[in-house]
Amino acid sequence: MSSILGRLWATFLVPAVLFVLWMVTSSNSENFFFPPLQKILSAFRDTWMSNNGAAEIVPSLLRLAAGFFAAFTFALTAGVLLGSSKVARDYTEPVFEFFRAIPPTVMIPVLLVISGIGDTSKIAVIALGCLWPMLLNTIEGVRSVDSVLKDTCNVYRIHGIRRLAMLTLPAASPQIVTGMRTGLSIGIILMVISEMFASRNGIGFAIIQFQRTFAIPEMWSGILLLGIIGVALSLLMRGFEMLVLHWYEGVRQQ
Amino acid sequence: MIMNDLRAGDQDLHAPMLAIRQLRKVYEGSGRTVEAIRDVTFSLAERELICIVGPSGAGKTTLLRCIAGLLAPTSGEITLAGRKVVGPAAGMAVVFQEYGRSLFPWMRVRQNVELPLKEKGLSTEHRRRLVNESIDAVGLKDARDAYPWQLSGGMQQRVAIARAIAYEPKVLLMDEPFASVDAQTRAELEDLVRSLWTRLGVTIVFVTHDIDESVYLGERVVVLSASPTTVMEEVSIDLGAERNQLQTRADPRFGQLRGHIYELIKDAKGGGAQYGSATLAGARDCGR
Repeated sequence: MSSILGRLWATFLVPAVLFVLWMVTSSNSENFFFPPLQKILSAFRDTWMSNNGAAEIVPSLLRLAAGFFAAFTFALTAGVLLGSSKVARDYTEPVFEFFRAIPPTVMIPVLLVISGIGDTSKIAVIALGCLWPMLLNTIEGVRSVDSVLKDTCNVYRIHGIRRLAMLTLPAASPQIVTGMRTGLSIGIILMVISEMFASRNGIGFAIIQFQRTFAIPEMWSGILLLGIIGVALSLLMRGFEMLVLHWYEGVRQQ
Repeated sequence: MIMNDLRAGDQDLHAPMLAIRQLRKVYEGSGRTVEAIRDVTFSLAERELICIVGPSGAGKTTLLRCIAGLLAPTSGEITLAGRKVVGPAAGMAVVFQEYGRSLFPWMRVRQNVELPLKEKGLSTEHRRRLVNESIDAVGLKDARDAYPWQLSGGMQQRVAIARAIAYEPKVLLMDEPFASVDAQTRAELEDLVRSLWTRLGVTIVFVTHDIDESVYLGERVVVLSASPTTVMEEVSIDLGAERNQLQTRADPRFGQLRGHIYELIKDAKGGGAQYGSATLAGARDCGR
């Protein structure tokens, strides 16, 4: 019981102190660009905790989800195939390294030209950015499955789907999850940036609109919102990790 | 072949359970070829327990991997119950030395044992019975729902043995299975192998580098030469069916057999320069 309290204390102490500090130091701020936190918080309530707010948040999150899961599906399929074949890896890896080295954001203008300002281009940008960490980690995870475990499966003639489900994917899962975590944080960045370039809705679009109309507290509230979304998604990711990788935690603690 | 006379009750009187004929394995490296195994021939009757012993680097693991179908021999033939082995055969199970790496860490003990049975296509009821029986047989009743990494090394190797016997193989191959457990655990596991062998009637090939272990466990010991490997001698171990860590090891006959194999392996190494002379003298006394 006391350990739970201790953890809560450790988790929330520093954020709470920073929050209070921000509140106190900004309370008398006359600076137009750095308004008091109270004003930002009331703008937050008015802007985001309403139907209008949902009209910006929901499309953003849907595009993020679509891009992320499209990339994940492809990364898992291609990663398992490439990870299992040395020849295929030798041919594809230089190309992958090249694509990975290109910052995904520079693809935004290109994709806008090709597919306009609709959802497709933004989902494509998000997917393209998420793809590489997930793909390369999956390949590496599948490639490095323990040879004794592989021999064990060979001896007991475990092949096909059962081998994939019982050996390859679980063995590669720590690496796959690492790729997912990196992919997700890249996805959030691209979600915002793609909306800032050309869009009709979304959180990034709203922040840019507020900035252009000098609605500074609203602009800050959007940044706050992105922070909160980031934390919420990483908590979600952590929950997923505990579900999938509980055995791995155990192995590491031995 | 000699054993066949004693197996009058068996269906097939002529074919041994496992036969290795003129096995040769050459590794083709980049620019150099290594002859690991030159010529190995021996066979096993049903329900026999033999040990394969040889100096380190004698290609014991290569030999076992060929028998298991994990490695293709360069020439020669391996037959299991009369059928040629090409790739892992349905009737064979292997217990590897690296117990920590041969169990699936994401599955509980029960699931580890059950997985090969699912691939065999057995019914749920049949699977559950085999899993419970084999886990009980290796003395891990209370650890059924544990994860492998929660168990000690010796217990993990018991899980691997349970998985192998639940599979009901025609031949069980064991590749230096106790090489990395402590001495006490090792003695317990040796007795476990003996008792499983007598109770369940499995046919076992046990590879080891430990001469004492080979004499204690085997009904017959195949002594290998150094690489390129040939069979130096097949030593019949006439120590009776009931064996016991204290009495069997104190038996003068145990010492004689041990000494004989010791001499063979010393010759295989070509002088055995790394052994102290006192130990060698002791071994010779045992041989007489």
